[in-house]
Amino acid sequence: MITACSKEAPGSAQPEDASATTSAVKLNGSGASFPFPIYSKWFKDFSREESNIRVDYQAKGSGAGIQDFINGVVDFAASDAAMKEKEIAQVKQGAVLLPMTAGEVVLAYHLDGVDTLKLPRDVYPQIFMGKITRWNDPKIAAANPGVNLPDEKITVVARSDSSGTSFVFTGHLSAINPEFASSVGHAKSPNWPTSANFVKAPKNDGVAAQIKQNPGAIGYVEYGYAKLTGLPVAELQNKSGKFVAPGPESGAAALASVEFPAGTLPGSQVPNLIAWASDPSGADAYPIASFTWLLAYAKQDKQKAAAIRKLVDYMLSDAAQGQADSLGYIPLPQAVRTKVREAAKFIQ
Amino acid sequence: MKKTLFDHKIGKGITRPPANLELYGDAGFRAFSIVCAWSIIFLILFILWMIGEQALPAMERYGLHFLTGTTWDVNKENFSVLPEIWGTIYSSMLALLGGGVLGITVAIFLTENFIHDRLAYLFRLMIELLAAIPSVVYGLWGIYVLIPLLRPVAHTLHEYFSWIPFFETELSGPGMAPAALVLAIMILPTVAAISVDAFRQIPAKVKEATYGMGTTRAEAIFKVLIPTASSGLLAALVLGFGRALGETMALAMLIGNSNQISLSWFSPANTLASLMASSFPEAGKVEAQALMYAALVLLLITFLVNLGGLFIQQATMRKFEGIK
Repeated sequence: MITACSKEAPGSAQPEDASATTSAVKLNGSGASFPFPIYSKWFKDFSREESNIRVDYQAKGSGAGIQDFINGVVDFAASDAAMKEKEIAQVKQGAVLLPMTAGEVVLAYHLDGVDTLKLPRDVYPQIFMGKITRWNDPKIAAANPGVNLPDEKITVVARSDSSGTSFVFTGHLSAINPEFASSVGHAKSPNWPTSANFVKAPKNDGVAAQIKQNPGAIGYVEYGYAKLTGLPVAELQNKSGKFVAPGPESGAAALASVEFPAGTLPGSQVPNLIAWASDPSGADAYPIASFTWLLAYAKQDKQKAAAIRKLVDYMLSDAAQGQADSLGYIPLPQAVRTKVREAAKFIQ
Repeated sequence: MKKTLFDHKIGKGITRPPANLELYGDAGFRAFSIVCAWSIIFLILFILWMIGEQALPAMERYGLHFLTGTTWDVNKENFSVLPEIWGTIYSSMLALLGGGVLGITVAIFLTENFIHDRLAYLFRLMIELLAAIPSVVYGLWGIYVLIPLLRPVAHTLHEYFSWIPFFETELSGPGMAPAALVLAIMILPTVAAISVDAFRQIPAKVKEATYGMGTTRAEAIFKVLIPTASSGLLAALVLGFGRALGETMALAMLIGNSNQISLSWFSPANTLASLMASSFPEAGKVEAQALMYAALVLLLITFLVNLGGLFIQQATMRKFEGIK
């Protein structure tokens, strides 16, 4: 009833008994912090349109979101790392995983006087393994003719908290470098080497701040955060050998090559929409891009199910997806949106 | 009827016997105070029990290896905190070295007639204001102001004195030195405020006698005032140390969160509090248990420090103040 009261704007034409029949629905969600800026905008706009549905979202982080989802304390959750089979099996009500938007992980750096930096495929995993430690390393110099690379040590900034961004980033590096896969590993909290030139900072903004303040630093952040802080980002060499800068087009090209598995999620009829662009093959594809997922229950209260389906519908609309670019995200390709709509029907 | 002196004073004088209300009021207040005091003890025991209960599975699983190992590997669920214990104690010691000396010096400066009373009051207010600044602000200040200031100094020290273990590595930005410096500033208000009180409590007679014997100011301060106030000063240092041990946010932002044990001031490190701050939000079940174990370790360290402080305090009290 409290939500019903707060929802009714003064002067709203809603009849008094509307809340009795369709009654105000409150959806509680938690999870990934990466899509928080766009989710909070979407949820706000959606709540304004649907006056008796109210959506609250807490950006606790992907891991915490999955935990809340398994424990059944939320109505939906969000995660950049999707969910592991083992985790999906723990959800008694059944899970529906829906890609909602996508992002790119970029390598932001701080080198005075260096505005463009190209990093080859065999170089950037080595930097993040602590094997290449100076900026004027011949391998970096070879890819950047005419660029005055300083004789300075490289400070690598990684995430100190467990993070979906780390998961996506190390997923790509593990895919292109087996040594990275076995030493650092593909994880939300990877085993970064312990050495004096590896530092860790909390959250995307913490990493961005450390890069901004420390000459010689390089680190990985979500594209939106690099855009926000005005940090220069490196062009990365993709699978077809081309150096590509991050951006909406190169991100969309990366997602275009992603194929979802044909099967269903474990123990259910829900189509499996978990797929990674670990090493996209398109010629113009930026190499590190990934979806972020909304997690919903397959079975729940009818009213809530209807509200979530409505919410998903709204998030897939052109109006909503059209805002992605300006906030530093990649809109979902039409083909993916169709698949997500199909899968959303399993929210009952 | 004859009025007596006693009648006249009823209701006003000190000879009036206490009214029932006052008697019950006193007894009630006494009971209330006792309940409050005991509830603090129970609260602490309750917190210990709660943390201990959640840490129990991790304690059974990792045992004492938790205190001696050096890995925090979430993926293999292999947890141990020696680097964090080292970082916690080392950063707090460095902070105490800086903040302690500075705090006591400031206290002497403010109490021993170096400046006008009103100016001293102003200084004291400003130092106490430092305690009101949120930890996150200190962290940001560290990142945006302190580290850039520190970088050239660290660079020079490393270049010429890298044979000294303290300057062994280059400063990457965040690290032990910026963290300890910010900690030193953060504990300064605690140390200074309590030290000022300690110096104020020295009876005026002692000072007069000291100067009367013809000591210089330096002699008076070092040979008489500091020893006389020593138990108070120690309390100040112990409380400051305790604050440094548990500091979270500023450290998570400044220390670099790297699990290594190094004497170098410029190398990144990690502390227990900072580990907990960065890992808790996303921790799974097993990691959360390990973090609870780490919390217990931190509590234990703080407890030991306070106990040690109390012990030293009483020893010095016996030595310098003749109190048994």
